[in-house]
Amino acid sequence: MTEKKPFKIAIASGKGGTGKTLLSTNLAAYLSQTRSTLLVDLDVEEPNDFIFIKGTLESVSDQYKMIPEWGEDKCTLCGICSNVCKYHAVVQLGTFIAVFKELCHSCYACSELCPELALPMQKHKIGELSKRSDGHLTFIESRLEICEEQAVPLIHQTHNLVDEDYNKIPFQLFDCPPGTSCPVIAAAKNTDYVILVTESTPFGLNDLKLAVETISKLGKPLGVIINRHGIGNNDVESYCAHNQIPVLAKIPFDRQIAKCYSKGELVYAKVEHVETSLRQIIKYLDETHGNHE
Amino acid sequence: MKPTEIMNEIVVLSGKGGTGKTSIAASLAVLAGNSAVIADCDVGAANIHLLLKPDFGKTFEFYSGELASIHQELCTVCGKCAEVCRFKAISFIDDHYLISDLDCEGCGYCERVCPTHAIAMYERKSGHVYISKTKVGSTMVHARLDISAENSGKLVAAVKNEAKSIAIKEDKQFIIVDGSPGIGCPVVSSLSGANYVILVTEPTLSGLHDLKRVHAVISRFRIQSGCIINKFDLNLEKTVEIKHFLEELQIHHLADISYDIAFTQAMTEGKTIVETSSPLKQLIEEVWYNVKEQIIIKK
Repeated sequence: MTEKKPFKIAIASGKGGTGKTLLSTNLAAYLSQTRSTLLVDLDVEEPNDFIFIKGTLESVSDQYKMIPEWGEDKCTLCGICSNVCKYHAVVQLGTFIAVFKELCHSCYACSELCPELALPMQKHKIGELSKRSDGHLTFIESRLEICEEQAVPLIHQTHNLVDEDYNKIPFQLFDCPPGTSCPVIAAAKNTDYVILVTESTPFGLNDLKLAVETISKLGKPLGVIINRHGIGNNDVESYCAHNQIPVLAKIPFDRQIAKCYSKGELVYAKVEHVETSLRQIIKYLDETHGNHE
Repeated sequence: MKPTEIMNEIVVLSGKGGTGKTSIAASLAVLAGNSAVIADCDVGAANIHLLLKPDFGKTFEFYSGELASIHQELCTVCGKCAEVCRFKAISFIDDHYLISDLDCEGCGYCERVCPTHAIAMYERKSGHVYISKTKVGSTMVHARLDISAENSGKLVAAVKNEAKSIAIKEDKQFIIVDGSPGIGCPVVSSLSGANYVILVTEPTLSGLHDLKRVHAVISRFRIQSGCIINKFDLNLEKTVEIKHFLEELQIHHLADISYDIAFTQAMTEGKTIVETSSPLKQLIEEVWYNVKEQIIIKK
């Protein structure tokens, strides 16, 4: 083996607002005190990590998806393009070919199957990637443009870029979007371990079950962190115990945490039990990673 | 008046997850009773059923998009399919080309280029749609997205269209839609045809940041909106800041709700806050009254 592969951890949840961002930013900042760490905000629709991670802005780059652009002069209106497009993104309207960029999946079929090469693929901006540095912490934010609907291409591109440029950072955290649909899958697919952050309420449990099913289908090992522990009931703990899902930490319900969060502050330096939880999580992850190598 | 003229579609959104969207939407659904059809459009993490107790009366399968599949006996292993696939869905394993359902986006490019017609496209089952009666007697349309299925936006559209046709048929005055977090396709899909958006936010930097982004999307569709600041007492400074933002953009300020564990307690009992003796009940009733007023004024 020439180089050690980085350990990639996805921080996800079914339900939104359970503490993904809180955990991602605090874990990343705490880890970076002692080792080189990468934090990537993949909640591209609503990225929030930047509120908590300061650091110096080093670069911003535009991100694109490729969409076909109609070249009227070359087009013979043969109809192949609108016929091949399964997404109704390329439609022939009389003597005009309309391209609906929000429906396009960038499959290239229309462009490459056009006999006249009248639909060359062109760049279309879908978001921005920014890089910040703070000591041992490198922070990448991926941000979707307002009114761009597809989060998945941007998430894929961000993963590719991280693979290419940051392969030397051994510990990598990916803050994922909420839910269980395509954006979460795109975000978690390229990682080694998934942490699901939940809360001990009926909504938390319902969405945790969905998230566990999704992540299991991806074949990823996973662990749960119960946030705001103490509110609601014990059903989440029973569920985890019954299904042999490891609970990495229980972070108690504490208004102090919510207050710090509301002001955009990291909490571990202010609330001692959060630091204890972070240490537990890191210990668990180190052991797990050791076993997987 | 035709039924379509009196029907009003109200969508509850938040940008950020976990601000109390579903708790509010469920409370309004209880207050509206049988005058509304409920649509759960947070298909990736549907929760409102835990409070409204629908009976899952009717179920139908939802198909959307396609999936490619290779007939191995016809395949000559030429590799053209893998070459054209932009989604890295086709891999060469043990002398066979195989398509991963998780990665295939159903574009059909591989089917087109396969010289031996070994690839066929199949309809993709993406989930289930349910039409139920809730505990308050209203009709509710909800769905479950299959694990790892694509097309959550289209499932949202299917749920909404079903809710709309029921509302027209049964002459209901309102459709109350519980939306999904974020600003992507499920959100945009839930906004089509909406008359009013209720934004639920919280006084945190993240809450305000996400509110601004989701509001920018709503503005593009020129839909009127009102905002509830949930947990307003968590950070009074931020609450003031949010109120300034609302004023500036002429978003109707609907209510400030305190950070109250009563919401969670009610949820644990499978109830909405308006079914408890909490003083917040009156506040939510006022919100419902105000929203109705807003819609009527506009018309």
